Parts: sequence; structure tokens; C-alpha cells
Amino acid sequence: MSTQSNSTIVSGDPTISRDQLSVRARAEEEVRAQRKERFALLLRRPSFLIGVLISGFWLACALFGSAIAPQDPAAQDLMAKLQNPTAKHWFGTDNLGRDVLSRVIVGTRVILFVAFGATVIAAIFGTIIGLVAGYFKGMVDEILMRVADVFMSMPTIVFALLITASIKSDSMLVVLFIIAVVFTPIIARTVRASVLGEAELEYVAAARLRTENTQHILFKELLPNILPSLLVEFTVRLGYAIFAIATLSFLGAGAGPDSSDWGTQVANHYAFMNGLNWSATVFPALAIALLAIGVNLIQDGLAEAFER
Amino acid sequence: MSTSTLSIPSDAAASGLVVPTLEFDRVQVAYNVRGIDRPVLREVSFSVAPGEAFGLVGESGCGKSTAAYAAMRYLPSNGSITGGAIRFEGQDITTMSTEDVRKLRAEAISMVYQSPIASLNPSIRVGHQVAEVFTIAGLSRADAFAKAEEALIAVQIADVGKVMRRYPHELSGGMAQRVVIAMALATNPRLLILDEPTTGLDATVEAEVLDLVRTLRTRTNTSVLFISHNLGVIRSMCDRIGVLYAGQLVEEGSTAQLLGDPRHPYSVGLLRCIPRVGLRKDVDRLDTIPGALPPLGMVMPGCVYVDRCPIATEQCRTEKPPMVALGGGQFSRCFHPDLAPHLPRSNEVAVPISNRSAAQIAESGERPIISLKALSKTFGKDDAAVRVLTDVMFTLKAGETLGLVGESGSGKTTLAKVLLGLTDADAGSIVQLDGNDLGPTIADRSAADVGAVQIVFQNPDSALNRRHSVRRIVSRAVAKLAGKSKEESVQRAEDLLTEMRVDARLHAAKPVMLSGGLKQRVAIARAFAGNPRLIVCDEPTSALDVSVQAAILNLLVDLQRAENVSYLFISHDLGVVRYLSDRIAVLYLGRIMELGPASTVFTGPHHPYTEALVSSLPSVDGEATNRVRLVGEVPSVANPPSGCVLHTRCPRRAGSGVEEKCATIEPDLVEVEPGHLMRCHLSLEQLRRMQVAVEIG
Repeated sequence: MSTQSNSTIVSGDPTISRDQLSVRARAEEEVRAQRKERFALLLRRPSFLIGVLISGFWLACALFGSAIAPQDPAAQDLMAKLQNPTAKHWFGTDNLGRDVLSRVIVGTRVILFVAFGATVIAAIFGTIIGLVAGYFKGMVDEILMRVADVFMSMPTIVFALLITASIKSDSMLVVLFIIAVVFTPIIARTVRASVLGEAELEYVAAARLRTENTQHILFKELLPNILPSLLVEFTVRLGYAIFAIATLSFLGAGAGPDSSDWGTQVANHYAFMNGLNWSATVFPALAIALLAIGVNLIQDGLAEAFER
Repeated sequence: MSTSTLSIPSDAAASGLVVPTLEFDRVQVAYNVRGIDRPVLREVSFSVAPGEAFGLVGESGCGKSTAAYAAMRYLPSNGSITGGAIRFEGQDITTMSTEDVRKLRAEAISMVYQSPIASLNPSIRVGHQVAEVFTIAGLSRADAFAKAEEALIAVQIADVGKVMRRYPHELSGGMAQRVVIAMALATNPRLLILDEPTTGLDATVEAEVLDLVRTLRTRTNTSVLFISHNLGVIRSMCDRIGVLYAGQLVEEGSTAQLLGDPRHPYSVGLLRCIPRVGLRKDVDRLDTIPGALPPLGMVMPGCVYVDRCPIATEQCRTEKPPMVALGGGQFSRCFHPDLAPHLPRSNEVAVPISNRSAAQIAESGERPIISLKALSKTFGKDDAAVRVLTDVMFTLKAGETLGLVGESGSGKTTLAKVLLGLTDADAGSIVQLDGNDLGPTIADRSAADVGAVQIVFQNPDSALNRRHSVRRIVSRAVAKLAGKSKEESVQRAEDLLTEMRVDARLHAAKPVMLSGGLKQRVAIARAFAGNPRLIVCDEPTSALDVSVQAAILNLLVDLQRAENVSYLFISHDLGVVRYLSDRIAVLYLGRIMELGPASTVFTGPHHPYTEALVSSLPSVDGEATNRVRLVGEVPSVANPPSGCVLHTRCPRRAGSGVEEKCATIEPDLVEVEPGHLMRCHLSLEQLRRMQVAVEIG
């Protein structure tokens, strides 16, 4: 365009900038109000707040576990083993006389970080696969989704036990890796479904019409628009990951027998439930339930606020 | 509200002889948004006499649909009637029990919504759905089905048995709307509410549906409340009109009187925005209505239109104008109804555009910028092959606009995609830019070539990435297409946006903060980022209100004059195409049926298909006396008719003497007079005689 064109277009009405101002002010107010409303909607839901409180509590335990714990979680007192709650040990003691409350608090770190790490990795790879499958469609989509189907058709726990048994490792890193692998295709499917709709919108064609490469279209154009549904899916998977990790360590995969991990604690003590001691089983089990509930309440709130 | 607001009953009701079928008596409706009641209807009063058709017009957000829903007491959950009375045959439905209202909806009032496919249950067969209306009324299953069949025959559905067994998604838009109308009329309602019943339909289908409603109305003497933003449609359907603005009825009168001599500045402005017959871009600019609708529920001490009114006085700001009777049943809510007809133009400063006329361009002997030859496009392979474009050819010179018209499914959008390189054409197709072959897809084209052919999409909401700022959307296009550095492209983007009259303070905003018109301006700025030669305008104004449409069309014309850019203007709105185009191409089932100078194509003698398209155009200036109708549905491109593809629906085939030839041999696109191409077995002379005969008859 030539520079003179600025002066050639003098037509139209002189009032437009004033109107635009009011339009803008109004639009900004709308958006702010919408954002505020979404936030207010979240805060108005007591269930979301409870979820945040619960999850926040466990996060604090995970971060500052040893500082919060009233006693040394590894200190054994074989004279006082398998006690039900007492004034000294609020949650009782385990089969080696260790303080259950302290072990529950310290045990948060393992489960929370493994669950979080696995879900983050699954979200990263799931997003990439989902974006590619949803954008290219056709053959690429077919192949990626059929491979995903194969992974999704295997029961998570059986698959995980198979892997841990075959590589004979009891590192939590293996559990993290397995859960990431199992969740990747699930997240990929969700992302793909969102992308299928988004990729039809004209802004994607407009990006192609300014010679953008595929990478830019996937990550700069499409990704920002599917973030809300990705966030909701992430919290859903986080909840499932917590359960999966607890289950695996209960079954003996992952954490070693001495670990303060909740699943291991339950596994080590449920045999004593038979009239002798209940607290060393019940409290870690309650912890698992409470964390899962906390995460799920947050997820409910987010889904409600974003997918209205 | 002021006490000076009068209740305006219709003439018949005023005389006390007839109880109106529907009467709005100072109705107020409010929507509760974030805890605050925001008024959307402000003391609206009108009435619909038995057998009368009353039209409500206005731009989006004026409260038209709210009025329709209020009439059935069917407001959304956050809406409530906060004042006044809505009387159906004298009974106030605002105070009725829920059970009585339900009964009224079942027996006396019916409504037809904008989207026919969405108003039908997708999982129930059409026959069942229509029969359901009768089973609710208490008929046995067999009787209900017999009645349903009758109802569908009444709306002129051919092959009823087959249609009844279909699911809604297997119907075309026009067919689905007929089914919905059949259901609405099944119970012989005394009032039929039509909310934009033809808005999503093609012009030819629209004309058929409107014909149908008109016939049925005269047969059943049903009262009609007709809601539309299209003044042409309203003109052809209604006896009287009410103009709504910001939830207030600003003018009321008989159709001919109100449209012929509007007395409220808003009605006057609205009528001036429309590209009417005789108005062309090289003759005059379109008038616009500056400003925007006041926000929902704003408290206004004076006239609701005062901020956009060029003749507003101090009185208008402080006092609410009453509804003033102007005689002959016309009322205007204005202090200055006498000044309204002489409303100053919003853009008087601008001289009429001295664009090069179509003839000048045609005779200039310049080489065309774009030329297409033997362009075909086939989707699928072998048995599943569907040829959506067949042998398309045209050329475009610099600064020229080619209008592309045709019903949906004719291949307009595919043609646009091929030109842009979003999809490739079949082998052997030639697309040339400045005499050089353009690569088949974007990947094969240089950045300069990609920038040279750009598009303005129909829907500005989905054409702009809602997560990016306006500045980023445009500057990124400049950077990629003009190969500029980041700073340079931001600067250029700001200049472009300012040129499109997008205020600098909006450049950092996200698209969601902009109105539809402003979004479209951003999209136009983006199209101009890379020194374009051809811009495909794919229905750029069909998602916008008329006043905004006028401003965008003016902008496009200004830009064309300044930049000497060519447009391929795709639209189903023939009025807009006529205003903007130098030449017109008419597409049917992927084939160009007619191509020629705009004036020739519009005035004729034209191709029989064009003739039908032109005569189905509902005009504010009154209807064509003798409409030429296309019969039946558009055939599928997957299975086009033999011979001339139009022969199954052609209005001129019968009695032409070449019926047999039409059904067997496909005519070529030949030049029937200089610059005028046609694909028809009938000679220009034959067509002239037939079409002149119509005008006389």
C-alpha cells in the first residue's frame, strides 16, 4: 500500500473514534466482568474451596513434611509397636513402633510428586500427539489413534505390574514413567477432540495464508485455544494418578517395603486389622481418599467454570 | 418511565370493534445479568389484529426476539416481564396460570424459529415428530399419522411418504423449515410467530418459504408476528411494521407508509444503509448510522436514539419523546418527525466516488491480474469422486470487482479456497497471477504470491484468533508476508489498523473486546498486510447488521480506489453484489452459468437461472410483479443431472422447443454478446422475448 492512502481515506463519520472508545470501554468492562465472574463462580462454590483447602494442606505436607511431622518418622520404638491412637501418637504406631501421623505427613511427598510428575509428562506428550492427530487428520490421525487404542485397551495396573516385574526395579521413577505412558494416549484423545473443532475455524486458514509453518499453527494458534479443556483434563488425570500410585505401591510395585508411601503403609499393616491394630491401616488409607477427593473437587469447579 | 408514553392500539382495536389477537400494552421485560435487572423491552406497545401480519424490525440486540418469546411467555430463566400486559384475545397472559399458558401454546399460538434443523429433534423421524403434535391433541396414532401427512402436503412437500421416514439431518434447510412450519400450523393456531424464519436460507429457498407462509396465511386467516432484520422480507410479508430500537418501539405504521416515508431518524437511517436498486459504488456511497447500540439496560433520561441521531436537540437528551400520531396509523417516537426525512447524511463530507466504471476497465486493454482457465476440482477418487467445480474460467483486471453468486453448494467457497491455495485444483487447471502460473497450494507459492491473494472471511469471530491481540494478528501477517522486521511490522500494522479506522487504543485488545464491525475491519487490515492484488471477500458482511454492513462496504470501496486492488466478492445477498460488482459470475453446481457486466446480468436478458435468482430477491422497494420460480431442490453435485445441469429446475425449459436437447447435451459457455457469456441452449433473442413477455404480462 502506498503512504498516500492514509490521506485518501477520509470518508466515513468523524464520530467513530468516540464510539469506538465507548465500545472499547464497554467491551473491556465485559471481559473483566466475565473473568471476575468466572473467578467469583469458583470461589462461590464451597466444594471448590474445600478442594483447594484439602489439596493445599497436602501440598504443604509434601513440601515441608519433615518440618511439620511431630516426630521422626523413621524412629523405631519396638516396645510401643502397633498401638492404636494415644496421647503421644495421635494416629498410633506401626509394626516397628514408628509414629503413623508423622509417616502419613512425610509420605505425601512421594505420592504427590510422582502423581504430578507423571501427569505433567503425560500432558506434554498427550498434547503434542493430540495436536498433530487432530490437525493433520487422515492417515496420521488413524495411526496415532490406533496406537493409542492399544495402550488404552490394557488395564493400567496389570500393565504396570508387568513392567515393574520384568525390569525388577522398585524405584518410584518407574511408576512415574508407567503412569505417564498410560495417561499420554488418554490426554491425547481429549486434546485431539478439541483440536478437531478448532482447526476448522478460519483463523487457522488465515495463519496458513501468511505462510506460518505447522509448528507455529499447532503451538501458537491452536494450543492457547484448547488450554481450558486441557487444564480440566489435567486435574482429572491427576486424581486418577494418585489412585494408581497408591494401588501400585499397595501391590508392592514401586516404593520399597520401608517407604513411608501411603500405599506401602496400608499394604504392610492391613493384616493387623484383625482386632489388633486398625490405625496404621486406616489413616494412610484415609489420606489417599482425602487427597483424591481434594483434587476431584478442584477439577469439578474448574470444569464448571471453564466449560459453561 | 414517563407518563407521556401512549399505548397505541391498532386502528381496528381502537375502534372497539375487534379484539386484537395479540396486544402488547406497555410491556417491560428485564434480564437479570449478574444480579442486576437490565431492561430489554421498555414499555413496548403494539397490537396484531385478527388475520393481520405485523412485522418487528431492528438490528441485533434491539429486543425483537425477546418480544417474540415474551408473547409466548417463554423467556429465558433470567428474563422476566416486569411491567405492562400482554393480551392474547383479550386475556392477559402475564397473569395466567402456567397450565393455561401451556394450553395456549399447544392450541392457539405457534412459533417458528430461525434455525429449522435445530428446532427438530435429530433422533426422531420427521413423520413421528409431526404426528406428535396431533397425538398431544388427543388423536390416535393412525389418525395422527394421517393428519401429519396432510399437514406436510399442505406445506407443498413432494413425496411426503419418503420425507416422513427421514431424519431431520437428511433434509435440506428449506425442506426442514417447511416441516417446522407444518408443525406450527398443525393445530390451526390463531397466532403464528415467525422469528427470522428464512435468515439461514438461500434466496431462492427463502422466496419459496415466504410464498408458502403467504398462501397458508390467506387460507387460514392466522395472525402473524413476523420478526426479521431484513426489510425486504418484511415488506413482502407484513401489513404493518414496528421498528424497535434499544427495546423501544420508535416507529409504527403500515408497511408501504413506513418504508416509503419513514419519520423516525432510526428508520430513515436504516433504510438508507441498504444498497437499493440503482445505487452502485460508482454512483454514491452508502449512508451509515454512526455509533453503536446503547449497552443492555442502560438508563436513559431522554430519547434512546439520541447518541446516534444527527438531529438531536437538548430536549431529546433530557425528555423522553412520546409516540406521536402522524395520521394514517403512523406513529413516531420523535420530537422532530418532520425533520426526519431530511436527515443529514452521516458521511456528507465525502464526494461521490469517481471509480473507474466497469466499461472503462473492460476497454482499458490492460492485462488481467488474475486469470483462471479450465479450473476443475474433484474431491475423492474413482467411484467416490465428486466434481464440485467444472471448467471454471474468468479474468479479473486491476481495480475490478467480480461478484460471485449462486446457491449454497454451488462451489463458491471451494473456488475461493483454490484461488487462495488452501486446496489444490485438479491437474490441468490454470490459475495465473500477472500472466505467471500460481502454485497449486500455499506451500508452492512464494510469500509475495501468497500475500497477493488474500481473503476476508465471513465470520469475523472465528477468523481472528481469540487469544491474540489485534496488533499481533495484523503485525504477524505483515512480518510473514512483507518480510519485515518485528518493529517495522508492528509500525505497519498500527498504520493499517488506523487506516481501517480501528482506534489506536484498541490495538492491544483481544478480538472479543471488539464489535462485529470492528473485528471485520481488523480482518480487512490483515488481508492488506502483504500488498494484495486480489482479495476474496467471502460474504464479509452477512454476519453484520445493515448499518455496519454499509460502513464495511464503503471501506472496501475506498480501499479499492486507493490501492487498485481487485475483489472476488462472494455473496448470497444480490443487493450487495449489485452495489459492489463491476462484473458478475453466476455459479450453479460448480459451473459458471453466466458471466458478464453487472448491469447486463441484472437487467437481462439473463440466463434462466440468473433470472430466477434476481426475481427471488426480496426488495424494500416492492416485489417483482411476476416472479420466476425455481422448482424443486438443488441436485447433489455428486450426481448432477444429465445435459444442462439446470434442466431439472429450469423455469424456461418448458415450451422452449429445445427441451430434449437440454436434458441430453450440456451447453457450452459461449459469448452471446461482447463481454457477456452464457451457458444455455436458448439464444439471447429467445431469452429476451421470454423475459420481456414476463415484464409486460
